[in-house]
Amino acid sequence: MELILALGIGIFAGSGVWLLLRPRTFQVIIGLSLLSYAVNLFIFAMGRLRLGAAPILGPGGTGDPGQFADPVPQALVLTAIVISFATTALFLVVLLAARGLTGTDHVDGRERDS
Amino acid sequence: MPDDMLLLALIGLSYAGAIAAGLLPTHARNAAAWLAGMTTFACLLIVWAFYPVVEQSGVARYEMGWMPGLGLRFVLRMDGFAWIFAGLVTGIGLLVVLYARYYMSAEDPVPRFFAFLLAFMGSMLGVVLSGNLIQLDFFWELTSLFSFLLIGYWYHLPSARDGARMAMTITAAGGLALFAGMLVLGHIVGSYDLDRVLASGDSIRSHPLYLPALVLIALGALTKSAQFPFHFWLPHAMAAPTPVSAYLHSATLVKAGVFLLARLWPVMAGTEAWFWIVGAAGLVTLLLGAYVAIFQNDLKGLLAYSTISHLGLITLLLGLNSELAMVAAIFHIMNHATFKASLFMAAGIIDHETGTRDIRRLSGLNRSMPFTARLALVAAAAMAGVPLLNGFLSKEMFFAESLIASAPVPPFHGMLPVAATLASAFSVAYSLRFIHGAFFGPDPVDLPRQPHEPPAWMRFPVEILVLACIMVGVLPAATIGPFLDMAVRSVLGAATPAYSLTVWHGFSPPLVMSLVALAGGVVLYLLLQRRLQDGPEGTPLLRWIEGQRIFEQTMVFLSWRLARRLERILGTRRLQPQLRLLVCVVVLAAAWTLWLRGLAPGRLASSAIDPALALVWIVGAACALGAAWKAKFHRVAALILLGGAGLVTCVTFVWLSAPDLALTQLLVEVVTTILLLLGLRWLPRRIEDAEPATRMAEAAARVRRLRDLVIAVLAGGGLAALAYVVMTWPPPDGISRFFLERAYAEGGGTNVVNVILVDFRGFDTLGEITVLGVVALTVYALLRRFRPAPESIEVPEQQRIQNAQDDARPDRQVGDTVADWLLIPSLIMRLLFPVIGVVALFLLLRGHDLPGGGFVAGLTMSIAIIVQYMAGGTRWVEGRLRILPLRWMGLGLLLAAGTGAAAWAFGYPFLTSYFDYADLPGIGTMPVASALLFDLGVFLLVVGATVLNLIALAHQSIRGHRALPRADAPALVRAPAVVGED
Repeated sequence: MELILALGIGIFAGSGVWLLLRPRTFQVIIGLSLLSYAVNLFIFAMGRLRLGAAPILGPGGTGDPGQFADPVPQALVLTAIVISFATTALFLVVLLAARGLTGTDHVDGRERDS
Repeated sequence: MPDDMLLLALIGLSYAGAIAAGLLPTHARNAAAWLAGMTTFACLLIVWAFYPVVEQSGVARYEMGWMPGLGLRFVLRMDGFAWIFAGLVTGIGLLVVLYARYYMSAEDPVPRFFAFLLAFMGSMLGVVLSGNLIQLDFFWELTSLFSFLLIGYWYHLPSARDGARMAMTITAAGGLALFAGMLVLGHIVGSYDLDRVLASGDSIRSHPLYLPALVLIALGALTKSAQFPFHFWLPHAMAAPTPVSAYLHSATLVKAGVFLLARLWPVMAGTEAWFWIVGAAGLVTLLLGAYVAIFQNDLKGLLAYSTISHLGLITLLLGLNSELAMVAAIFHIMNHATFKASLFMAAGIIDHETGTRDIRRLSGLNRSMPFTARLALVAAAAMAGVPLLNGFLSKEMFFAESLIASAPVPPFHGMLPVAATLASAFSVAYSLRFIHGAFFGPDPVDLPRQPHEPPAWMRFPVEILVLACIMVGVLPAATIGPFLDMAVRSVLGAATPAYSLTVWHGFSPPLVMSLVALAGGVVLYLLLQRRLQDGPEGTPLLRWIEGQRIFEQTMVFLSWRLARRLERILGTRRLQPQLRLLVCVVVLAAAWTLWLRGLAPGRLASSAIDPALALVWIVGAACALGAAWKAKFHRVAALILLGGAGLVTCVTFVWLSAPDLALTQLLVEVVTTILLLLGLRWLPRRIEDAEPATRMAEAAARVRRLRDLVIAVLAGGGLAALAYVVMTWPPPDGISRFFLERAYAEGGGTNVVNVILVDFRGFDTLGEITVLGVVALTVYALLRRFRPAPESIEVPEQQRIQNAQDDARPDRQVGDTVADWLLIPSLIMRLLFPVIGVVALFLLLRGHDLPGGGFVAGLTMSIAIIVQYMAGGTRWVEGRLRILPLRWMGLGLLLAAGTGAAAWAFGYPFLTSYFDYADLPGIGTMPVASALLFDLGVFLLVVGATVLNLIALAHQSIRGHRALPRADAPALVRAPAVVGED
């Protein structure tokens, strides 16, 4: 299972990095999203994989602390998801504004001289 | 006997006064003047109160810890020399404040002026009272900073900006050199304490690092005191208001340099290097300044070069390595401060009352302002060194020293007296020019203003200063004697030589030199008068000395050409190389660490492969690769594939016991997809790449892609390997147990993730929602000025066809088809609004104990709202619902921060939470936690921010339509980005 998740993270990250290096803004925004999935999963995986562990404490806070899913990476990733949503929104608008101003969707604001 | 704490009060009072003055309304001229005057007067009283202490015990000292970790103490130390300076700084400061009250126009923002002036005074007091080298340099740089602000006070004038920048660059750079010098000196002595330094003169002078320390410290002092070759900033600083010039260039800023040289004189002087560096700079400056001053046509310019020359005189005296010269130097510091301050003020009065400072235009003011003329006459005579005035006495001392100075090289023996007499003759000439040019001769013609006497209180400071010039000049021993003695003793200690402060020393060689200089100066002025009045601008013989030009060229080179060149070589404005570099650095940094530490899998047994999840991940991998493949030409496909990858992530979270993450991921996925879909409309139509121009270009593109592919594979592979290896190691004993054990006991919730977010790490969450709010506002602001590209403005093809169909049928109105489009789904979507709203509320309320919480609930609620937009269109929704996202965001932020702050009311730290359970009839036991209020704030902010993002984008299509008829100008029509909030 670990291997599958690791490969998945790798594929997400690789696709994200590839898109990040592309010249079109839309490619970059998709790449950033993919990269953030990969990084979120990576952080999450740092808590190790626990199949079937309870995420919520029993009534009155009962239960053996060793038997629950690790809450710390989850809290971190929750924050990261929200922030990457904000970044995507901001980037999208910057992208649109740049497109309106420069007339192109190239990341540099002008087509590559060739 | 005053408490030594008062020393701290002296500096603190100035800064406090500065802050208070800065807080006054812009045009509170009188209030600011009163405040500044009272502050300065209080400082003067404090200085005066210290006189008995310093007089009897020599040194008043106040210490406190500053940076104990570095062994630095904050030491204020007042000895006789520092007392004299503090007296000058506060005394002349008080007169300048009084003068400035009348000089500054009511239109100027006067409180700002007094705020800077007081802050500058505090910094200057800090310099003279510092008992620690580092601290001294700190205040030194503060004087540079505040003098910059003062010189640039009229920042609407280019000359003020340039002058301020130049002064700042030169003096602050000198301050940096001084800092280095202080570090070297502290290293030599082993302590930064001034008393320790002053006690180790011999070891300093014999140390191999003596010369570097001397050069660095001299750089600091000579730049500050405007000594050749750094003198050129001072004339440019004349763009400052005249009170500033009167203060900075008489008693304070430029005196800081000679103050430092005199302060360190006992331990650093006495060597040949000292003579050559300090003495030579002083001699050149003395002659050069006096010579150039004669040819200045601006009254203040003349005084500026005269100041340079007099500072050169003081520096030369300090450089002569003789105790008697030291006495003369200290004496001249005081004398120069009095007569130069009064002359600057007189020049300011002339400027104020006539509207010009050009000596060639001024004439015969003696008749219209007789009092001012007489005051200026006396002060200028003191500057020229006329007997019975204070300037004469220190000049005589200087002449006597020049005759006996033991210059290390023979030619200097004869040269020094000649140079001294010559400079003095120049001084007589420019003093004559100042007085004769402005006050005598025929009546002035064509002045901007009708000249008349200034207000009495504006003249009062000049009267005081001139009175001091005369008193000291006539009765030196009775007036200045004790103070001078105290200052000299505090510097020279046991080595204080015998000197006599009398006016008449007999018919001695110095007197002869004085007479020669006086006569020579008068003759020189008579010879030059015609040329000065009508001749060409500038200084004859010395046109080539243009420190300013060299400075400007250096600045242009450093800040423009060099920077540009470096940018061309090292920088790029293209995003791709930058990102590529970033990714490569990350990959290499990770690889390097792994190479050092190894990358071996651990022993943790891997969990069994679940075929279902494996299948999900095959889909996920395909989605990610597909998105990467299709993002260029098929944006919608890429977007859908991205959503697929997001869903796979979401499923993974569910599978691995992270329900909160899964919920958030799912909702964020929905909102992001809608956002991107809204954005797609404004992106350019994809044109298939034209055939590459050449085979070469095609090959280059191929190489580029291959390189990026390699980087991507390396990055992805590296992350995969890292993730796998970490997952095979047993987890370290982290902080998770802490949260698991205390979530219920201390946070009152069973959903540990939510308790962490709203309670244990509530402050982080507060920061995070603030970021979210800032992003939403930025999006809103960016879209307010959004100009879509011309080709995206027209109505989309589908709507055009629908409208055309409406047009063609007589029974339909244009827009009917659009309105009826997807009628059944949109009806269902409208009905969903309350349902989704209830779900959101449910998620919010249960968040503390079960998966949910403010973020998730907020996203859900915003989806409910955006669904309405999709179903009914912008106008339909906004006709029925009050959508005020900006207010929701503000309310949410206030609620979250207010809940945190409420803890203060109960005596707990910020964001301490409270919880209990309440029995509600009919509903059952409900947790009541203050964290719920906090979560409600999060909820409101998230709803506001998300809705603002979405509808700001959605509104663009309305704006675009309205802009359509004006095809030539794609400017947006001013429709609000968000209804009700514009």
